[in-house]
Amino acid sequence: MYSQKVMDHFTNPRNVGEIPDADGVGEVGNPRCGDIMKIFIKIDGDVITDVKFQTFGCAAAIATSSMATELIKGKTLDEALDITNKTVADALDGLPAIKMHCSVLAEDGLRAAIEDYKHKKGLITEDEMSKPHEHDHECADDEAANG
Amino acid sequence: MDRKIYMDHAATTYVKPEVMDEMLPYFTDKFGNPSSIYFYGREAKEAIETAREKVATAIGAEPSEIYFTSGGTESDNWAIKGTAFASKKRGNHIITSAIEHHAVLHTCQYLEKLGFEVTYLPVDQYGLVDPDDVYKTITDKTVLISIMMANNEIGTIEPIAEIGRIARQRGVYFHTDAVQAIGSMDIDVKSLNVDMLSLSGHKFYGPKGIGALYIRKGVKIDQFMHGGAQERNRRASTENVPGIVGLGRAIELATATIPQRREHLTQLRDRLIKGIMDKIPFVRLNGHPTERLPGNVNLSFEFIEGESMLLSLDLKGVAASSGSACTSGSLDPSHVLLAIGLPHEIAHGSLRLTLGDDNTEEDVDYVIEILPDIVERLRQMSPLFAEREGALKNV
Ligand SMILES: Cc1ncc(COP(=O)(O)O)c(C=O)c1O
Ligand code: FES
Repeated sequence: MYSQKVMDHFTNPRNVGEIPDADGVGEVGNPRCGDIMKIFIKIDGDVITDVKFQTFGCAAAIATSSMATELIKGKTLDEALDITNKTVADALDGLPAIKMHCSVLAEDGLRAAIEDYKHKKGLITEDEMSKPHEHDHECADDEAANG
Repeated sequence: MDRKIYMDHAATTYVKPEVMDEMLPYFTDKFGNPSSIYFYGREAKEAIETAREKVATAIGAEPSEIYFTSGGTESDNWAIKGTAFASKKRGNHIITSAIEHHAVLHTCQYLEKLGFEVTYLPVDQYGLVDPDDVYKTITDKTVLISIMMANNEIGTIEPIAEIGRIARQRGVYFHTDAVQAIGSMDIDVKSLNVDMLSLSGHKFYGPKGIGALYIRKGVKIDQFMHGGAQERNRRASTENVPGIVGLGRAIELATATIPQRREHLTQLRDRLIKGIMDKIPFVRLNGHPTERLPGNVNLSFEFIEGESMLLSLDLKGVAASSGSACTSGSLDPSHVLLAIGLPHEIAHGSLRLTLGDDNTEEDVDYVIEILPDIVERLRQMSPLFAEREGALKNV
């Protein structure tokens, strides 16, 4: 059900770990719906020079976290903010429909880390920080029947 | 990938060659419609009746009390809706448990929409229903109790004999979903005081899409499939003759070898549980330590999620299952794991390995060998694990 790229990023995730002296840290998700992502970024000027992540979730959550970190490395903050969950999913050659919500995590995590950095720098106030997406799991009625 | 190990026998089993051999002629030479009076029909009819006897013998029923259906789901639907509708004048209350299969739960939820009242009894931390709760919940409006014989996810074996005694004493019909129990334990519907019992061919090396419902003589139950006069006017549709023949042979084989199967599977099961728990920290066993199906292993691995475990195992050739929300397509993890009191994130980290006749000690040892690295790798990626390590470092 997963593309080869998803499997590649799941089995060999890039940029796993922590950055102890990160300039921005974003943590999004909720153990209730199975997914948590934590992302650490290092910023020089307005360029993301390093990024690491930790994810508790399914293969799609892990792969999208990994791909998102790859996509933003070396990008400016504005460029990074242009990245949506769809960009990440496309870069992985797509995700199964019921797994699209997992890619929202990566987008939210990224945004949260950048905003954390801006907030620390006094560039934005608490109120200006965006709320993560309300995860809409459209597949909520579609329960498994695995015996 | 050279090794392939199937450890998901609770999901389905393959068809044993002896079973398939008996089925094959009924697709070709012996293709007749059992309702036809000429030779072809009589031959098919006889095959069905022989299978009926085999099913009856396996559970201590009379052949006339066995009705063939399209599987466990239909048997559950029929037993519950059929008795609920037929008992409408007497009452509208049904008792079941929180850990039933969806075939039972969703049927009960549907009946609630039609005005029935359903009590979903809670279970204890091991998944056991308390017969006392059943007793206390019965009212003069109660028309049916439906409690499964053994749970498909955590393998817990319910106190069916005690519940049966209570039901009979209070004059309430008692249905049990025995889909997972056939071939793993001796079943005698008469001494268990069971009025209806569901079973399904593909859980004991028979074909898919065929099952049976035992209906004790005298039980008032509405028809479920309306149409022709098959199954003594109670279940319409031209019989799935090859399926029925396969079901008969499969249940005969499965029940003839219960002691050997129990011994083999219990030994493998306990070896697997011990092997994993000895090697991996922060693991808990879900279900009952002893009152459990001989082939069922269900463990929760803290800090990680089940689908990623399944996929990692799959890459190493091992087929298993999980109660994680990420494998269900829904927002919530397994209702069974939540019902035994697991927090959501622990339920997410569940792994079910269900053993079968062909599994060997080598299979078990292989899983014990590969699992620690899989779990460790996922834990190294998990923020929950990192936070825990951090917390420990900080103490
Ligand atoms: C306990 C239980 N009941 C009912 C069913 C449904 O049976 P079937 O797949 O034959 O409809 C299953 C398994 O699928 C089961 O494990
Ligand atoms: S994290 Fe649960 S489905 Fe992807």
